[in-house]
Amino acid sequence: MAQHRRGLRPAAALAFAAVPLGFLAVFFAWPVAAIVRLGFGSGAAGVLRVLGEGATWRLVGFTLAQAAASTAVAVLAGLPVAFLLARVPGSALVRVAVLVPFVLPTVVVGLAFKALLPDGGVVAIVLANAFFNVAVVARTVGGLWAHVDRRAEDAARALGASRWRAFTSVTLPALTPALGSAAAVVFLFCATSFGVVLLLGGARHRTLETEIYLRTVELLDLPGAAALSLVQFLAVVGVLVVGAVARRRRENALSLRGQAETVRRPRGGEWVAAGLGYAVVVLLVVPIVTLVVRSFAGGTAGYEALAGTGFRGSLQVTGLEAALNSVRVATDATLLALVLGVLASVALVTLGRSRVRPGVVEAVDTALMLPLGVSAVTVGFGYLVTLDALPGDLRTSAALVPLAQALVVTPLVVRTLLPVLRSVDERLRQAAATLGAGPWRVWREVDVPLAGRSLLASAAFGYVVALGEFGATSFLVRPDTATLPVVIGRLVARPGELNNQMAYAACTLLMGVTVVIALLVERLRVRGVGEF
Amino acid sequence: MLAVSGLSVRYGTVAAVSDVDFEVPDGSVLALLGPSGCGKSTLLRAVAGLEVGTGSVCWDGVDLSGVPVHRRGFGLVFQDGQLFPHRDVAGNVAFGLRMAGTPRAERDARVGELLELVGLGGHAARRVGELSGGERQRVALARALAPRPRVLLLDEPLSALDRALREQLAVDLARVLRVSGTTALVVTHDHDEAFTLADRVAVMRAGRVRQVGTPDEVWAHPVDDETARFLGCGRVLDAAELAVFGDPPRRGRVGLRPSALRVGPGPVHGEVTARVHRRDHVLLVVAAEGLGRVDAVAGIAAAPQVGARVSLVLDPGGVVPVGQPSRVSIRDRAIE
Repeated sequence: MAQHRRGLRPAAALAFAAVPLGFLAVFFAWPVAAIVRLGFGSGAAGVLRVLGEGATWRLVGFTLAQAAASTAVAVLAGLPVAFLLARVPGSALVRVAVLVPFVLPTVVVGLAFKALLPDGGVVAIVLANAFFNVAVVARTVGGLWAHVDRRAEDAARALGASRWRAFTSVTLPALTPALGSAAAVVFLFCATSFGVVLLLGGARHRTLETEIYLRTVELLDLPGAAALSLVQFLAVVGVLVVGAVARRRRENALSLRGQAETVRRPRGGEWVAAGLGYAVVVLLVVPIVTLVVRSFAGGTAGYEALAGTGFRGSLQVTGLEAALNSVRVATDATLLALVLGVLASVALVTLGRSRVRPGVVEAVDTALMLPLGVSAVTVGFGYLVTLDALPGDLRTSAALVPLAQALVVTPLVVRTLLPVLRSVDERLRQAAATLGAGPWRVWREVDVPLAGRSLLASAAFGYVVALGEFGATSFLVRPDTATLPVVIGRLVARPGELNNQMAYAACTLLMGVTVVIALLVERLRVRGVGEF
Repeated sequence: MLAVSGLSVRYGTVAAVSDVDFEVPDGSVLALLGPSGCGKSTLLRAVAGLEVGTGSVCWDGVDLSGVPVHRRGFGLVFQDGQLFPHRDVAGNVAFGLRMAGTPRAERDARVGELLELVGLGGHAARRVGELSGGERQRVALARALAPRPRVLLLDEPLSALDRALREQLAVDLARVLRVSGTTALVVTHDHDEAFTLADRVAVMRAGRVRQVGTPDEVWAHPVDDETARFLGCGRVLDAAELAVFGDPPRRGRVGLRPSALRVGPGPVHGEVTARVHRRDHVLLVVAAEGLGRVDAVAGIAAAPQVGARVSLVLDPGGVVPVGQPSRVSIRDRAIE
């Protein structure tokens, strides 16, 4: 028999992947490479000087230490919540309550913790970073936990293990891949966290990310900033590789049970875990409530001020104009990210099904994830350095911001869509083929209907993230087209109580929109699949 | 007619299917029978076009190499149904008709007709998630039959069901295949199932077809020791060893079905080493003097316990000749 394959050929899949990879090359790899070159521009001396400074290593130390502490807090707080999501009935509300912090714009979270802990400092930074990422831990781990066969635990109990012993010796090892993958992602997010650290740390507590920003924008020390970007980039690649390994183990481990079989009311000691979970959920709500309360501290003055440009014209746009800018930019970014993300997911899942070496698939996968971890500030900075070389007037054009945001959103689309596409049973597709469906028809009849809801969910999710994007946007946006998060950042940095009230009001509005969309995502989500 | 010749499938260095030949005439059913891992499912998938192999798969003399799976017109039923979860029962059955562009009215009529045929009339609007295992397999069968496939391929269609349901569905499946006049290739590891469904049986082992014949032929004359054991002969031995019972009923190699030896007043004695309850009898393992370990049956009432001394009698009807039947003997049997 002649060689023939069903479905997309690997060559076609690679052509599909070429589009997002090309985008990645122009709008990510090139700017980052330019930063690297800039770092070495005046010879290696500039970089070596920066690397030789004690201050640099204190910066690296603080960045890693605060990320590690935040990750630890997020994991410890996330585990009981994961238990709630996986094993206790009626967790839909909990699910939403943990999702909301994750999608809140960084400036909103920063401001909420500023209202809560006015003195700021390291504790505020760690708590705020953890606050964001409890959702990542709870949902990633909870997703796996929900499908871990409860009978393995029962077997351990029947063999004489206590409930706690059964948890540590049976359940926890089963959850390790998800825990590892979640911790790696959280560490990455915390290490490159920008808005929160800038708002809460100010000039006192600086990480690599904020230092890059400060050196570029305020000290104009480009070689120094580039050298720091380089250090950060290397760290991120390292963490991503660890995450990819953990993820592979997890996807191998998915031969599991339906969720309905594993949910029941807690018993005995399980109530302690459930209680801790509920306590975490309550704690997550506190900063949100504080923010809303603070926004009404001066009556509705803050909200009324949104129609204007702030105290003594602090801004070049009114709050309402900024909101409209945000909506417009986020829409463009989401559409672009959807096109790129769908192409990338289809390519990855096709390559995965073909007999291409798994290493190739993983390499493409990891490459697509890089923007998620590499500091948005570095990328924004890179744009400023490189995009003059492109035809047209891209560097100063309004199209630049959606491009940068799409870079951040695309990996999220891929991570939401890809697991669902991968979970479609190959034999279901073969059944369609034996019934006369050609390769494209199989996609239309089987994959698209099964993954359609996830596509919508990823679009909504991406939209929220684009809406709240702060790091790259604050670098690239012009003052007269500022988005809402950028405006908030600017208001907080300027004096005047009116500016403060206006910032809190804007945050509350942004949060409202975010929560509504998060609820939409929750409704559209396919149960138990997807990583966020 | 489906004709497979010289078909081989390799996974890396492992030969899953080696140089297999068989034919399935129009309207007949061939069962591929063999233990798990013998390559029978791979062979089926290669016929469907889902695996790449060497050799040829021909339909009415036309080589299907290079014809992709969706243009072969071969229906396939998986062990676990693989129904489309986002479509209801009717939507599943209508799928192949939609792919073929059948007009709506005709499609609806055909769906109703097939659901009646598999005994699920009135279930058209049910969600597939609400169906029991047996119902799911019925829908899968109706779905595969709806576009009138040239050949129906069934991969362990009943193995996921429990025993009572399996036996009932095997009878229904045999009826449906007969009524619809379908040419079918069915893979199974269960010889009862194979003999119920098929006109002819191909016994596979280690990627090769060892014996092809009607169920009667295969059952009455296994081609070698392994096949005899696979078909349920507890012992395969030289007929001469049966001399302890008196004059041997045959010559050459013979297989002993469990029913060949039963507890009763006979010349051979032994000790019961194990007993298993079967539906209408008790199966014993007996360490028999001069014969070694053999299976024997006893009535359920007063069946001997483990450790008991028993005597055995030989029932010549349970002794099967094993080995290549010579042409002469086949012709002799045909004349008889």
